[in-house]
Amino acid sequence: MNGDNTASSTRVIEVRRLEKSYGEHRALRGIDLEVDRGECLVIFGPNGAGKTTLLKILSTLLKPSAGKVFLEGIDIRSKPVQVRRKISLVSHQTFLADDLTVYENLKFYGKMYDVVDLESRIHEVIAWVRLESRLHDRVGTLSRGLQQRVSLARAVLHNPSFLFLDEPEVGLDPRASAMLADALDDISSGHRTVVMTTHNLTRGLELADSVAIIDRGKIIYRASGHELDKANFHQVYDQFTETGQ
Amino acid sequence: MNKALIKIFAIFWKDLLNEFRTKEIIVSVLVFVLLVLVIFNFAFDIEINQSETVASGILWVALTFGGVIGLNRTFAVEKENSRLDGLLLCPVDRAVIYWGKLAGIFTFILVIAVVIAPVFLALFNLPLFLPRLALIIILAVLGFSAVGTLFSALAVNTRSRDIMLPVLFLPVVVPVIIAAVKATGPVLTGSPWSEISTWLQIMVVFDIIYLVVATLVFDFVIEE
Repeated sequence: MNGDNTASSTRVIEVRRLEKSYGEHRALRGIDLEVDRGECLVIFGPNGAGKTTLLKILSTLLKPSAGKVFLEGIDIRSKPVQVRRKISLVSHQTFLADDLTVYENLKFYGKMYDVVDLESRIHEVIAWVRLESRLHDRVGTLSRGLQQRVSLARAVLHNPSFLFLDEPEVGLDPRASAMLADALDDISSGHRTVVMTTHNLTRGLELADSVAIIDRGKIIYRASGHELDKANFHQVYDQFTETGQ
Repeated sequence: MNKALIKIFAIFWKDLLNEFRTKEIIVSVLVFVLLVLVIFNFAFDIEINQSETVASGILWVALTFGGVIGLNRTFAVEKENSRLDGLLLCPVDRAVIYWGKLAGIFTFILVIAVVIAPVFLALFNLPLFLPRLALIIILAVLGFSAVGTLFSALAVNTRSRDIMLPVLFLPVVVPVIIAAVKATGPVLTGSPWSEISTWLQIMVVFDIIYLVVATLVFDFVIEE
């Protein structure tokens, strides 16, 4: 654990004074964040606000310049391999090989994650994203929307406790976006802790248990439960991002 | 089987399958290497007694530059759809990724060497059955791939990776290439083992050094 014995046992993500700089540019400027088990936190913010950088650090793809991140009490910098077993990331990039089939891609990732009873798990997740008939098609032959559904199947293949979604709907047409939304509904309603970034306020609010607005590397607004006024959130968002408070 | 070995094999198999489908690396490098050999064959009218000094150099120049082309693609293909991020998200030690990619690169370059070696020997009127040449090729390609995998990973996140890779990689791999050239010459002329054993030992030592160092530093190299 991180040494904070008073921390709630349900608090599974703790971010403390997180900073990330690229040369002179400070992408994150002291982020503090807490997320409870099973919570779906949706992070909004304009382009370049630091949303993707934050998710990349949470998913161990980037090392922070300063600060600490704990997932279920584990410092992600000291035990990255252990953390990676518990997490998954979905972005607008699929992480899939176009020239391999859906099955081959899932089998590859299943082996990398030591998935038990891999064959049946592949069929389970591919049924969940309703792509059984395309299992042996090459990923490159699928539409962008279908590829993103395969990417979701890949992400849940090892049954992660944490799912990080970085603008997963980017580049999808409305129909594909609606299909993806259905799948995300399933994911966010389960036991999993979800952190999602998006520009789509309506869609994000539908999924969110709590929200944060990030701008210029800082969290400038955070609300959850009864504090979260979804009906007036559009105005709140405009107000905060325009003034950059 | 050990879990790390299963994952190394999974990466190797994925790369092999991908290459089998796209033929991106092997075909392009093979064509390049064959063209270089043919051009050199026309440029130099080599007598059998000159083969020790010239022909061995031609073989390794062709393989080295062809290999660099292949290395450039090895990690570049992982940038498509951010597959490299997918790989880095996997709960494995970075050394597992290194050895998986190394196995693929080693196999691709070895396949190219196995195809071009008989063509090279035929073009330069050399004996076709030279088992000792196979040993030299395996050792040299192993060293070449060990360093190449590391530098390919290093160059993949740079903007001018096509230029950066040979500039960074060739000075480091030079000892193995020189040893390969020096060992190949006597083999082509049928000289005894004693003339090549020192060069073989040098290759073995460098291969071990490259493999150990690359395994240790790959974690730092692959981080964005």
